[in-house]
This record gives sequence, C-alpha cells and structure tokens, in this order.
Amino acid sequence: MTEVAVPTLADKAAVLEGMPDHPAVKAILNWNVSALGDAKFAFGELTLTIAPGEIRTAAATLQAAGYNFFEDMTAVDWFPSEPRFQLSYHLLSHKLKERIRLRVLLNEMDPSVESITSVWAGANYYEREVFDLFGIRFEGHSNLRRILLPDEWEGHPLRKDYPVEGYR
Amino acid sequence: MANLEGMPTLEPAIGSKDQHMVINMGPQHPATHGVLRLVVEIDGEIIVRIYPEIGYLHTGIEKTCEAKFYQQVVPLTDRINYLDPLSNNLCYALAVEKLLGLQIPPKGQWLRVVLAELSRLNSHLIWLGTHAMDIGALTVFLYTFREREDILRLFEAVAGQRMMTSYIRIGGVSMEPPLDFFDRVQSFITTLPSKIDEYANLLTGNPIFRNRLKGVGYLSPEDAIALGVTGPPLRASGVDIDLRRDMPYSGYENFQFEVPISTDGDCWARYEVRLVEMRESVKIIQQALDGMPEGAVKADAPKIVLPDREKMKTQMEALIHHFKIVTEGFEVPAGEVYQGIEAGHGQTGYYVVSDGTAKPYRVHMRYPSFATLQALEVMGKGRMLADLVAVIGSIDIVLGEIDR
Repeated sequence: MTEVAVPTLADKAAVLEGMPDHPAVKAILNWNVSALGDAKFAFGELTLTIAPGEIRTAAATLQAAGYNFFEDMTAVDWFPSEPRFQLSYHLLSHKLKERIRLRVLLNEMDPSVESITSVWAGANYYEREVFDLFGIRFEGHSNLRRILLPDEWEGHPLRKDYPVEGYR
Repeated sequence: MANLEGMPTLEPAIGSKDQHMVINMGPQHPATHGVLRLVVEIDGEIIVRIYPEIGYLHTGIEKTCEAKFYQQVVPLTDRINYLDPLSNNLCYALAVEKLLGLQIPPKGQWLRVVLAELSRLNSHLIWLGTHAMDIGALTVFLYTFREREDILRLFEAVAGQRMMTSYIRIGGVSMEPPLDFFDRVQSFITTLPSKIDEYANLLTGNPIFRNRLKGVGYLSPEDAIALGVTGPPLRASGVDIDLRRDMPYSGYENFQFEVPISTDGDCWARYEVRLVEMRESVKIIQQALDGMPEGAVKADAPKIVLPDREKMKTQMEALIHHFKIVTEGFEVPAGEVYQGIEAGHGQTGYYVVSDGTAKPYRVHMRYPSFATLQALEVMGKGRMLADLVAVIGSIDIVLGEIDR
C-alpha cells in the first residue's frame, strides 16, 4: 500500500483557501468567522482553534453540521509558554466518516472554559478528568469533582510543573 | 438521560426519613470485574440512581509516558487494557507512525490484523465467560478459558509473553513470527466456529440466561451517542459504525466482513452482536492467512526500528543504530495526531503530541469503557438490583482502561 503524501496547510488562510468546501470549515464560517482563531491541516487531520468563550456554541454548530459523536477531550500543558493550556476536543462524524479536532487555548491564570456537557452529556467524565489532572474548570458542569484521584489530593499531576515521581 | 450529578453521602438507612436506601457495591465485588465502586440508591429492589466511583487503579500512565522514550511507551500500553493487549500496541504504534510518516510493509500490516483479531477474540472470550458466570452459568467460563488458553499460547509463540505482549512496535512488529505460527493459527480458527456453536448451544436456548438478559438494560441509540458509547454496545443499539470498515487502518480495507447490528439495545442484543463479531473475526483471520503477503514485517527505517539480532552481531551500522535507539531514542517530528481504532471493547484512541524530541510531550488514551460507564445509569435505572450485574457484564467493562 503506497500512501499519497498528505499536504499540510499551515495556517488559517491556507485552510480557508485550500478546503473551503469542508463541512466543518463551512459550518464554522457560516456561524461566526471571528470565533475561528486559527486552523491547521496536518497528518490528514483538521484542527480548528476556537475562542475560549465560544466552544459550547461551536460544538453545537458542528453537531448540527454532522459531527454527531463526541469522541475524546483532553488537555496539553505548554508550560512555561503562554497561553499555557490547550484543550483538544475530538469530534467524529458517523455520516462523513471523518474526525476533526477543536483546540481551545487558555491562559495560566484561572483557566476555565464553558462546559460542553449540555451538547454531549458524555463529555461529563472527560471534563472531570481534565479538571482532576490539569486543574482546568468547566463552567456549567453539574458535578465538577475529582474523578481519578482522591478528593483530598493536592495539585494536578498532568501539569508539567508537577514532578513525575510526585511529591515525597 | 443519565444523571451524572454528585453523590449523596452514605448514611445508614435505618432511621432515615427518606424511603430510598443507599447501598455500596464494590470496589471489592466479583461482579464489578475489577475495582469499580457503585453507590446505588434503591427503592426497595428498584434502582433509582447509580453513582460510579472510579480511580482505584489509577497509576498515572499518561504522566509516565511523558518521561519515557517513544519505544518505551509500548509496554505501558499493554497494561491499560490487559484483556486486549495487542489492540493497544497497535493503536499507539499507528499514532506514532503517523507522526513519523512511516510505512509498514504489507506482511507487517496483515500480521498486525491477525493479531488484533486474535486479541479481540481473547477479549470477547473473557467477556462471554465472565458474563455468563455473573448470570450463574459457570460452565461456559471453563469452556471459553480453554479457547483463551490457545490464544495465549499463540501470543506466547510470537511475543514470548502471554498477556503483556508488546509485540506490535513502532515500525512493525518486534520480530518475525515462528515458522509454524500461521499453521497454528489456522488450526485454531478452524476449530473455533464449532466452539462458538458450543457456547451458543449452552446459552442461547437457556431459559435462565434469556430471561436475565432479554429486555434488560435498554440503551437507546440517541443516549448511546450522547454518552459516548462505542463498540458492541453502540452497535447493539442500532448505530452502524465500525472503524475497521468505516475508517480503515493497518490494511483493514483489504478484508471483507460483516458488521453485526441489532436494534434491540438490550443486554441480549449485546450478547448476540459480540457472538457474531467473534465469527466475523475468524473470517478476517482466515482471509489474512490465505492472502498473507511475502516480505518483511518491519519498516526499513534503521534509525527507528531495532535491527535483527543477527545483523547486530555482524554489522557495525546495525550495532550503532541499536545502541542509539536504546540509549537516546529517536526524534519524532513535532505535531499532534489522533489515531482511533476499533478494539474489542469499542473505539480506542491515542492522542500523541510531539515537540520534536525523543520523548512524547503528551500521550492521551481514549478508552471505550470510560465513556460507556456513563451510560450505566441509563441502562440500570428502574430495574431490579440483580439486573445491574447483567448490565455491567454486558457492557464488558475493564477497569484498567477506565482508570489508566
């Protein structure tokens, strides 16, 4: 099996020009251009950066555009650079057989973002996991408690300034 | 829709003004398949709410990955879903290969398919045995573990390990399988369909088993999608999605197989779907054995793939590459990828972020049981407490992959 090299579209302008007919790009453009911070197409995967305040509406827009399945959500800590936290949402379309990634960048001070549990109830555990391991709060979440670690745990282990061995 | 809100404090039911009783199930309970704790609010025998408490097996594997070289993460992946180890290896390897832009030779890909399907059979056999045992049919457990033993011997033949195989590596598989391996797989899958008939004979017509599963634990397709349920429970609710067919990876596009669907959405439907899936896995393995391509099982990438032992002893370059890979790892181009596969329990996904060094910047694993657990309340609500055991069995939960 020989694979055709997948071209990389490095920024928003290139994506908007290179794949204007992509259903996710179209849906976001029809909804609110200014919410789209950046875009990237690399390794055959489309990444759309969404403004932090708009993620719930963006999720609902994409759900209506056919990306019906919430697959995964997690965070990346880019410590010490700023914005420090990146949230990565992976949405799958059962109809289009395609996956997209939504990216939200958050600052170190008081990282919080709107919960998308009203769009997909299944995001509940994922948001709790990110809250537990990264300390990012989700506004509007019905039960934002630690999920994997004990309630009395101090710190958020997946942050880069938390030692791998833990505190002794 | 599931109520995923906070848990009530456990209070003694005696003297309580509330009619509801709150009872604790697990973490040490044989029907929870590990260390799952369920706090169940009941009204008499009827379940009102279920609050799952997880994290008892949390070992921080995602954090550990960040401190390891890329190739050192492979053994960690086995330990997440210990019932389906080769699917984990495969998913991780595919994700890193996507970042590296590495092509695996056809024989390597087909061999991976054979092993991933054997791994799925392994996982489904354990599910069938333990599920039936939870319901009270102990015999099936002994039969399925007999066949599972054969699979473990096959794993041992290729990997030297029965459970923590780490056989699928970045850039291919760890080594050529032994000469008689394909014959042994052939003789195993020749007899397996009759063994599946045997299980079906024991269970499908069994009135107790039927009554315990039929109509129990209904999950609507809308709820299943909203709650992130994947794999056999999703297909048993009538949603026709299977990543092997719909977003093929590792050469799955070369195989013909059916994706079983049921619209009943109950425990019985999940039982039937998995039973058919086992038969389809046999078909896939048969096709892979019949058309197994010739050639190498590893990619030709000396700086990433460890050299064969023989080469290492005779060629200077091979020895240097071996030394470099083991001591320094290999650098992976910066970027982020998500690779999803259809594992035995549902959609597994690896999200790997690279910053261009030899260690992954972030590895996140999406495992199906984590999301499926959210649907437990929807399935168990309004049913008898004893049905909860059937429901947990039917969603085939693995605590290792929930807690990571």
